[in-house]
Amino acid sequence: MNLFAKLLAVSRRKSPWFFIVNSGGCNGCDIEVAPCITPRYDGEQIGVLRQGSPKHADILLVTGPVTKRSHRALLDIYAQMPSPKAVVAIGSCPASTNVFLGSPTVDGPIDKFIPVDVWVSGCPPRPQLILAGIAQAAQLLADGMTADQKRKATP
Amino acid sequence: MMNEVYQYVFAVLVWPGYLGAGALGFLYLWIARKLTARLQGRKGPPFYQPFFDFVKLLGKDTVVPSGVNPSLFYALPFISLLATGFGLVIVPVPGHIVGSFPGDIVLLLYLLEVPVICDVMAGYVTQSIYGQVSAMREAVMSLGYNLPMLAAVIAMAQNAGSFRLGDLQSAPFGLVTGLAAIAFLVAIPARLKSNPFSIPNAEQEIVGGAHIEYNSAPLGIFELSHALEVVLLFGVFFVLFVPSLGNSVANASLYLAVSLVLMVLATLTAAMTARLTVKRAFRFYWVWGGLAAAAAMVVAVIG
Repeated sequence: MNLFAKLLAVSRRKSPWFFIVNSGGCNGCDIEVAPCITPRYDGEQIGVLRQGSPKHADILLVTGPVTKRSHRALLDIYAQMPSPKAVVAIGSCPASTNVFLGSPTVDGPIDKFIPVDVWVSGCPPRPQLILAGIAQAAQLLADGMTADQKRKATP
Repeated sequence: MMNEVYQYVFAVLVWPGYLGAGALGFLYLWIARKLTARLQGRKGPPFYQPFFDFVKLLGKDTVVPSGVNPSLFYALPFISLLATGFGLVIVPVPGHIVGSFPGDIVLLLYLLEVPVICDVMAGYVTQSIYGQVSAMREAVMSLGYNLPMLAAVIAMAQNAGSFRLGDLQSAPFGLVTGLAAIAFLVAIPARLKSNPFSIPNAEQEIVGGAHIEYNSAPLGIFELSHALEVVLLFGVFFVLFVPSLGNSVANASLYLAVSLVLMVLATLTAAMTARLTVKRAFRFYWVWGGLAAAAAMVVAVIG
């Protein structure tokens, strides 16, 4: 059993599948996420695959400041992901709502709604940094240190 | 008697069953991913990638969509896995120790259909609109590619005058073998659901097909079943159309080489083509696949 747990930890580190959700941002970060799976940066080398359904994903990438229109959708998508799961907030918007600070249409920042494991800074961040963020989230999943896993562990 | 039981257990669990075929199937899936990546100018995943993907999926919690019968949800991937596993056991690939029996080819054809039916049911059962579109497409496609595939197998059986796989393997090599091999080859990309026939699992249109609502362990079991299906299909091709050599080592190398060539061919086709519509794919199979199949049948019956 211990052997399987070790193998599972390695597998979680080596196979991060992500799903991306734009919670009302300017699309800049989404454009920077796309190169992560193209020839120049090729995330598939470290096992990164983009999934079309949140049910297949381990890591949720969130861009945008979480607007009033999108926050229910964000919660739905987060709830649909099977545990263990990690959340990576891409760019300044989810962290601080950025230039949308104080807007009446914005509900963010994101940590009011879902626990975030890795923050990737930048407006927008470079693809290398996004890949590094995904790799770090995968490492957290392997170590059992994501917010979701910690919540499960404490009764 | 006891010895025979052990033989069957070994065949199901080790070779040509789950362990051996699983490793081989994951290797083929990796070759497909790596070659596609290299053709696109990417570096591609390391060779253990499909295995780690599978283990990771096994270790996740499962979410059953509301309104879906959980027993059916969990049963479908396992039925698919069982059918491919038993299919592998009857195909006399090199290293195979269980004897073949009369009529096993009919059983094999049924077992080959089970994963497809499981996929179609998975699409309908999970009540996702994408899953239902995918299930409908898969059902239509299976009507399409089964014409050349079944005709190829039946032509070979007619040629050998037997429904025993062992007899088909030792049948003389002739014109009918070539024609039937073409008909069978044509059906392989559709069976693997790779381009240009990736119609049921079109990822940009219907988000990945019948398995959309599947997650975690059941999804992993479906992946494993798909890997086994690839090995099974290549094994059937080897047994039906490639003359077997006397030396067992040479025969085993030939088996691996033929499988490798088939995988590379299927991947090259997938990388070079775009997806067809259901209607065009269906027409392709019933016109060109049908012609090859009809020619093989005519030669088999006359000659």
